[in-house]
Amino acid sequence: MIDNVNLYQPRSPTWCPGCGDYGIWASLKNAIKIMNWDLDKFVIVYGVGCSGNMTDFIMSHGFHSLHGRALPNAEGIKIANHMLNVVCVVGDGDCYGEGGNHLLHAMRGNSDIKVLVHDNRVYGLTTGQTSPTSPHGYKSKSTPLGVIEYPVNPLSLAITQGASFVAQGFAGDITHLITLVTAVLKHRGFAILNVLQPCVTFNKVNTYTFYRERIYKLDDKHDLRDREKALSIVSDPGHKIPLGIIYQVERPTYQDQEIVLQQGPLVKQIIKNPSEHADLLAEFSEVEKESYHMAG
Amino acid sequence: MNITWKIGGEAGFGIMSTGLMFSKIAVRHGYNIFDYVEYPSLIRGGHNVYEVRVSDSPVYAQEKKADFLFALNRETVDLHKNELKDGSIVVIDREKFDVNSADFPDGKVILYDLPLGKLTLSVGADKVMENNVALGATMAIFKMDLAVLITIISEIFAKKGEEVINKNSKAAQAGFDYVTSHPPKNFLLTLPKKKASTQMIIAGNEAVGLGAITAGCKFFVAYPMTPSSSLMHFMAAHGQKNGVVVKHAEDEISVINMAIGASYAGVRSMLGTAGGGFSLMVEGLGLAGITETPLVLMVGQRPGPATGMPTWTSQGDLHFVINASQDEFPRIVLAPGDAEEAFFLTVEAFNLADYYQIPVIILTDKYVGESHFSLKVFNLDNLFLNRGKIVSWEDEDKVEGYLRYKITDDGIPVRAFPGMKKAIFTANSYEHDEYGWSSEEAKDRVGQVERRNKKLETYKKTIPDPKIYGESDADLTLVAWGSTKGPVLQALKDLREENYPKKVNFLHLTHVWPLPVPHLESILSKAKKKLIIEGNSTSQMASLIRQETGITFDHKLLRFDGRPFYPEDIIIKVKEILS
Ligand SMILES: Cc1ncc(C[n+]2csc(CCOP(=O)(O)OP(=O)(O)O)c2C)c(N)n1
Ligand code: SF4
Repeated sequence: MIDNVNLYQPRSPTWCPGCGDYGIWASLKNAIKIMNWDLDKFVIVYGVGCSGNMTDFIMSHGFHSLHGRALPNAEGIKIANHMLNVVCVVGDGDCYGEGGNHLLHAMRGNSDIKVLVHDNRVYGLTTGQTSPTSPHGYKSKSTPLGVIEYPVNPLSLAITQGASFVAQGFAGDITHLITLVTAVLKHRGFAILNVLQPCVTFNKVNTYTFYRERIYKLDDKHDLRDREKALSIVSDPGHKIPLGIIYQVERPTYQDQEIVLQQGPLVKQIIKNPSEHADLLAEFSEVEKESYHMAG
Repeated sequence: MNITWKIGGEAGFGIMSTGLMFSKIAVRHGYNIFDYVEYPSLIRGGHNVYEVRVSDSPVYAQEKKADFLFALNRETVDLHKNELKDGSIVVIDREKFDVNSADFPDGKVILYDLPLGKLTLSVGADKVMENNVALGATMAIFKMDLAVLITIISEIFAKKGEEVINKNSKAAQAGFDYVTSHPPKNFLLTLPKKKASTQMIIAGNEAVGLGAITAGCKFFVAYPMTPSSSLMHFMAAHGQKNGVVVKHAEDEISVINMAIGASYAGVRSMLGTAGGGFSLMVEGLGLAGITETPLVLMVGQRPGPATGMPTWTSQGDLHFVINASQDEFPRIVLAPGDAEEAFFLTVEAFNLADYYQIPVIILTDKYVGESHFSLKVFNLDNLFLNRGKIVSWEDEDKVEGYLRYKITDDGIPVRAFPGMKKAIFTANSYEHDEYGWSSEEAKDRVGQVERRNKKLETYKKTIPDPKIYGESDADLTLVAWGSTKGPVLQALKDLREENYPKKVNFLHLTHVWPLPVPHLESILSKAKKKLIIEGNSTSQMASLIRQETGITFDHKLLRFDGRPFYPEDIIIKVKEILS
């Protein structure tokens, strides 16, 4: 059984005091406890950023990936052992910028991985440059005159590109965030939770106050399967920011549809002795008086 | 006895399958073959040419001049008219285009008019079956046994049913009968059935795939790129039956990272790519390096950089694959010289990757990857799988105080997998301590770097000696690596057959990084004269050998125009040096 001691590790977090990452960290640990996952049930794959530094603050099976590449690592892990729950802890620069292509395609296949994005709308670890989610005109060290591009909308992207679970949370509301992370961990299929995460050191625009003035929680009446509604919620031009599960459908996962995995987790499937592959060799045989068959 | 058969025409005729069928026909008549194909990076309209060299003794490479040319269009004649021997036969269909002997300035050829289109129509066969008419005619010209082709046709179309088999067989018969009743004048070469075949036919890339499945590869991931795509196709066609998940990922960065993820989770994983795709994977290679995740990569070389010449051959990526990535970590690079080595080295690559927990690169190219070799059927009996030091699933809850990156004498720590009850660790792309926690402490950094480096020192003691072909006290020692093996062996054979009086031997390298230094030194330091032969413009292997041994080469034969080496050119160079 998982308890605080299991997930404890000797180092204390190195995030700036007040950073939203603390709230996400606490929510993830609590959600894992709620799920009652033992250490053999899950693995966390971390991207590179302040967000990914969480690697060193959780003691569990973990893979600290490259900047942007947590998702393909996670997909590979899930293919090799689909009994494992695979969770990704990534940043907005990490997942929407550097690794944007991977996100698109992992969603398309409904790969059964769970992605928690620390969306602080800046590059924290590299000292505050603009990120793919920074608001238009955002001034930073890399964009002193204001960023020209408009921000990506990760939620509408996820809804339209095949994610089967799309949610948004706020690092300043841990109680709510725990319920969302738990729902993510429970979902089968590609799940993405965009967490609005104030970066107290570098982002002076998207602060706790900024979010508190704009967030609202979706109520129980919201139909999770209504795609059109979900899209209209996430593209609200009135600058209201929705929190909660925005869209959730059930559909077969990538791993459900990969025929080889129906025989059980790859990692537990038997490995034949090399000499047992004579049938494969026969395909190339031109030896006379043998029943050779060729690929047509 | 040595015959080169060649067919050329526009892409779309089915030249590739026709050529391979002729290779099979020849082998089933008891001969040895080597075949080689040239095609541009186009799907339709480009010029394709397929050549099969047939001999009753082993054959290792293509030759410059053909004995037989099936020219499906005028362009084939224009491009290959100077690549014919005196007395060669050129088959054309005069209804499609005409040529005369004045078109062949180099020598006397026999022109043979085969009404390919008409014959196909006359037996009610479809246009796509013209290639069987052509093969049937070929077999009559060489006085071969048509039944062999009919058997091959029934094997190929077994799934399509009687009718398709019959139509194709009739087409073959029509070509055969036409030539039998209109025999070519003065063409004397024949390929009568010699003996029962004991061989297999396989291309290098297929051999790599076969090796991977034999080695227990469970996950194969790739992004299409010539000349590695045929490996992907092989794995995709055979994955389901053999329990291999095959993934066509969104890009090469994803390819290598998925492979790393799957390997970290405990399955043998492999990827296939070309130099350009490998360029995108370089950061991932470092991730495999620092997390000590076993990984097998097949990198097919082609002339570059950037997009280069997609469908041609090259040995230009040697330094690149050895040095790719920032900083330093151990890796092994193996370069097969033919399909047999491709098979056995792939099995070895998986064992080495697991044993040392490092990336192992199988460096191939278009020439070895797509050419077919006739070989005696691989013997699987002595193969074994070695997964190295791992915590087994049976022991997953018995491990205490597990440290994934523990400092050990041989540099090799014990692997464990996520999903295990104990043996928890972090696989970390940051430098780390013995557990895997990120660390910037000098002692952790130095300890881990030194331990990782030590693996290669451990490995170096086990590198097999390179193969030496020919006598020991030679006047000239040829040195080549990877796919250049075939042309050099053929040159040696041809020199022997013409009773060339000087002694020439050949050192072939398959284990190209790290190099088998002691053995190389002992051979090369004694060599009277040395010639390096490689497919790049800066003699990369020669500089690698100099870097590792201090030994330099006085003679070089380099080629980087996308074409393979020809034994004839090697012979000219040898004679020039020894004259
Ligand atoms: C290939 C590569 N490019 C650049 C970097 C440097 N880098 C590290 S983290 C980061 C951005 C971090 O921003 P984000 O992903 O939003 O995470 P945050 O730090 O804000 O949590 C960058 C550019 C890197 N590690 N690797
Ligand atoms: S820089 Fe920003 S994101 Fe990074 S730890 Fe500090 S507050 Fe958090």
